[in-house]
Amino acid sequence: MNGSQFFTVMNSEKNTLVNNLYDFLHDIGTEVLFQFKELGYGTIMFFKTVYYFKNIPHKRHEIVKQMYNAGVKSFLVATVVAVFTGMILGFQFGLEMKEFGMENRIGQLIMSVLTREMSPFVSAIVLISSVGSAIAAEIATMHESEEIDALVMMSISPVKFLVMPRLVAMMIVFPLICVYFTFFGLIGAAVISQTKLGVSYNLFYKYAVEGLHFKATYVGLIKSFTFGVVVTIACCTKGLNSEGGALGVGRATRSSVIVSFLLILILGFYITSMFYS
Amino acid sequence: MIEFINVNKSFGEKQVLKDVSFYIKKGETFSIIGQSGTGKTVALRHIAGLFKADSGQVLIDGVDVGEANSFQLSQLRFRMGILFQSGALLNWMNVRDNVALPLVENRIGKKKDAYDRADYLLNVLQLDDARFKMPSGISGGMKKRVALARALVTNPEIILYDEPTSGLDPVMTSMIDDLILSTQERFKVTSVVVTHDMKSAYNISDKIAMLYKGLIVQCGTPDEIKSSSNEIVQQFVQGNLEGPIEAK
Repeated sequence: MNGSQFFTVMNSEKNTLVNNLYDFLHDIGTEVLFQFKELGYGTIMFFKTVYYFKNIPHKRHEIVKQMYNAGVKSFLVATVVAVFTGMILGFQFGLEMKEFGMENRIGQLIMSVLTREMSPFVSAIVLISSVGSAIAAEIATMHESEEIDALVMMSISPVKFLVMPRLVAMMIVFPLICVYFTFFGLIGAAVISQTKLGVSYNLFYKYAVEGLHFKATYVGLIKSFTFGVVVTIACCTKGLNSEGGALGVGRATRSSVIVSFLLILILGFYITSMFYS
Repeated sequence: MIEFINVNKSFGEKQVLKDVSFYIKKGETFSIIGQSGTGKTVALRHIAGLFKADSGQVLIDGVDVGEANSFQLSQLRFRMGILFQSGALLNWMNVRDNVALPLVENRIGKKKDAYDRADYLLNVLQLDDARFKMPSGISGGMKKRVALARALVTNPEIILYDEPTSGLDPVMTSMIDDLILSTQERFKVTSVVVTHDMKSAYNISDKIAMLYKGLIVQCGTPDEIKSSSNEIVQQFVQGNLEGPIEAK
């Protein structure tokens, strides 16, 4: 290989590297812009949905139907998750507290952990998996089968017709499931405390009531309410923006779950730091 | 009534409509024919205001659909009905609720009147027995008729049909053609039909425009299309393999 051939090869390798880097940066830029676009879309949709709250009386049957789908149908899974979460917490905390001879106060700790953090967070995870993903898939399927276009052509706003009833239902269901989760979580923890730690139900109940603070309760409910809003808006946004047929429905469902998880984690942290710092 | 003036539309780097211009008179049945993927549905969606032209104008009675605000668009859409290829019925509602939906949701008149109108249209379209069935429980042809009933429920002046006979057997195709003609006669509507079924296009159209690679290659009466000297039109209407149209 002579000198000129060597430089030609080097130049072509350099060009390939530059092109790959360019493609990489281009992909990142496109993704960032896409996420900002969806964030803007979701924000505008949220305000539009709030505007359509005036139609709540007209859509009351649909709201109740959505509450039934989201709430009542999630009771069984929420119960199982809550009881086992309570049992795991009771077991783990109980063993640690027993070291210090404080296992009698396990009820107080469990109540505090559940109301402050675990109930809003874990109940939101249950609802994202069962209801949020279903909302995204349902709306994405409607989008793919031209039903959303059909609504638009009938001068029916998809936000008013589809998003508003779901949002109102979730704003009610998320805090309700959170309270329900706390109740069954306590039952699970009480059972494990009695059987494994020898803490009687009466003692568990006495300290559990001591651990119930008004601030922790309302902060937990505010969290649940906020999670309900952001999860519904995120899932509806993903559903309404889906494209690419059946593959697009799958993508929308998956990304709605991922985005919802991330949002509740980040928002959960900020709400906690806002009230407890 | 409906006018396309030098309409261009691209998706990414692909230009789907290239300087498309045509005029549809009031009360006319106008068919847009062409291969799959040549921009027929895109043209139809411009009339519905679901797409906005990159350049050029789509006018309905002088109102530019692309420039109309949401209120004007809503007003225009009240004057239109659309029959989507899939029917686009809402799966969780029964047939009757689907048909009455535009009136009930927009609170046009009393609820009872909306359902009376839905019952009347279902009767006209011979769907009495299907009134309380869910969309998943009726055949493809019935779905198209229910979608047509829903499109007609607001008494529209314009009906847009997106591939009304696709996926239907010959008997059902003739029935849908007959429905389009009788709808035209009975309700005096202007119809725009997107199809690649030539038999259907000849049966129902006053005028036919052929789109090829985003361009209108010919626009004329069914007889003019039949006797066209344009090689592309001849190949398409006769369904020949040999010719300038590449099989995709």
